[in-house]
Amino acid sequence: MSNGVLKIGIQRGALEIKQFTRQRESVVFTMLFPVMLLFIFGSVFKDTLAPGVTFSQYFISGMIASGLVNTGFQQLAIMIPIERDFGTLKRLRGTPISPVSYFMGKAILVFTAMLVQVGALLLFGVLFFNLHLPSTSEKWFRFFWLVLLGSICSTVLGIAFSCVPKSGRGASAVVSPIVIVLQFFSGVFFVFSTLPKWMQEFAAFFPLKWLTQGMRSVFLPDSFAVKEVAASWEVSRILIALLIWLVVGTALALKTFRWPDR
Amino acid sequence: MSSANLAVEVKGLVKSYTGKKTGKKVAVDGIDLSVKSGEIFALLGPNGAGKTTTVEILEGYRDRDSGQVSVLGQDPNNLGIHGSAWRNRIGIVLQSTKDSEDLSVKEVVHHFAKYYQNPKDPDLVIADVGLSEKMNARVNTLSGGQRRRLDVALGIIGRPEILFLDEPTTGFDPEARRAFWELILKLKAEGVTILLTTHYLDEAEALADRVAVINNGKIIEVSTPQTLGGRNNAKALVSWFENGKKTSIQTDNPTDEVKKLTARFTGEIPELSVTRPTLEEIYISLIGETHE
Repeated sequence: MSNGVLKIGIQRGALEIKQFTRQRESVVFTMLFPVMLLFIFGSVFKDTLAPGVTFSQYFISGMIASGLVNTGFQQLAIMIPIERDFGTLKRLRGTPISPVSYFMGKAILVFTAMLVQVGALLLFGVLFFNLHLPSTSEKWFRFFWLVLLGSICSTVLGIAFSCVPKSGRGASAVVSPIVIVLQFFSGVFFVFSTLPKWMQEFAAFFPLKWLTQGMRSVFLPDSFAVKEVAASWEVSRILIALLIWLVVGTALALKTFRWPDR
Repeated sequence: MSSANLAVEVKGLVKSYTGKKTGKKVAVDGIDLSVKSGEIFALLGPNGAGKTTTVEILEGYRDRDSGQVSVLGQDPNNLGIHGSAWRNRIGIVLQSTKDSEDLSVKEVVHHFAKYYQNPKDPDLVIADVGLSEKMNARVNTLSGGQRRRLDVALGIIGRPEILFLDEPTTGFDPEARRAFWELILKLKAEGVTILLTTHYLDEAEALADRVAVINNGKIIEVSTPQTLGGRNNAKALVSWFENGKKTSIQTDNPTDEVKKLTARFTGEIPELSVTRPTLEEIYISLIGETHE
């Protein structure tokens, strides 16, 4: 039986990706929007933050972290209420499919969209904005677990938050502002250390701040660490913060997710 | 009748909703039902009568306030680990949905087949519901009737023992409805038990072995379409034109009345007609009795 759950989960993943690629808006939003932002910010802000660190490099690190939040949290928290409205969940509920397979399909979709988005940002960053890929295997390893933990946190939180929007139509209006505010507060559009103290402290409650900081530790030279608020990359604190969110997010997703109204 | 050959058994089912403004509303108010294996059973009633609530309780979508429910020997609200196995044996055609818009008919049916242990051949099911020509069409390009037939395809792909159809032909043109009825009768011939809700009388008459008329959450009558409301024993109405006005008489023996009239009139009896109540008249009178 569990074998079947896994197999159907993978098949749902393939189906989700197929549906995703056929929705032009979602492809454009996921693929082009972050790259577009990269070009706008990278072209407008040409300052150098420290020797060997330009604002565009700083910004790309933040955008890659945001990509994890966009493809997971934002996408799912908007998509699931729409599927609830359209009867997708109700139809699935009437079949033998396990909810676990449904979530696996979503996770596969998120992970694929995320790889494409992060890949596009890395490519354009290296080609046009002098982004340096991680130089050591230690940094690549850190990049790997940041992406993995970040996307899983983002997925479970997206599923948990999907119960908040009352309808599919209103979901985007509820979810998008939260993501944008978190991006401002977490040092994606501005240098985090220049933000007001209360903003920094507020952002520290949420995973995006830790993800952006982690990505900076991967893509910026270690000499830049002293310019961080804590004068350090705080790698172990990043790991702990993400693990806590992973546990909290999973618990919330399990508790709040509902099939169609009973 | 032993419960072994009952596909559905419902006793004293009650369900009410509490709305913020409307207060407590009883949607289902003590319903008893039994559906035999292999029969087509229709729940007939006006909008808001409690049809969908009843069916959704049977399908396992809703809980209930009280009463006993058994569908294929299981309580749909207390399935525990048997949920997946039970759903493997039932088929559900919901009221309108808008899912899977970006997939083709073939992709959707083939995908849903994978959820079941012993599915039918997806291409044959597509042919059965008359969508072979639309096999590769995207779901969002289908007409309302075609969309509904796809819903039925998804309802029967798992080779269900019982199929629930909630107002399956709402919005169909007459031709599409005929084709749909043939499909349903074909499923019955395969031995599938079918429970359908409808507010179309002709649909109940054409399909159902037995009909339950439901209104205001209560079953008013259960019978065959032919005997509903005592229709088979109802008095006939003989009417004709005499002395400058329309005259009529209700009788159990219309032939005798016509004979008497023949004796009275020389030649043609003006405007003679003999009618029995239509199913619609019976239905209206049944529903009317419970209003207010």
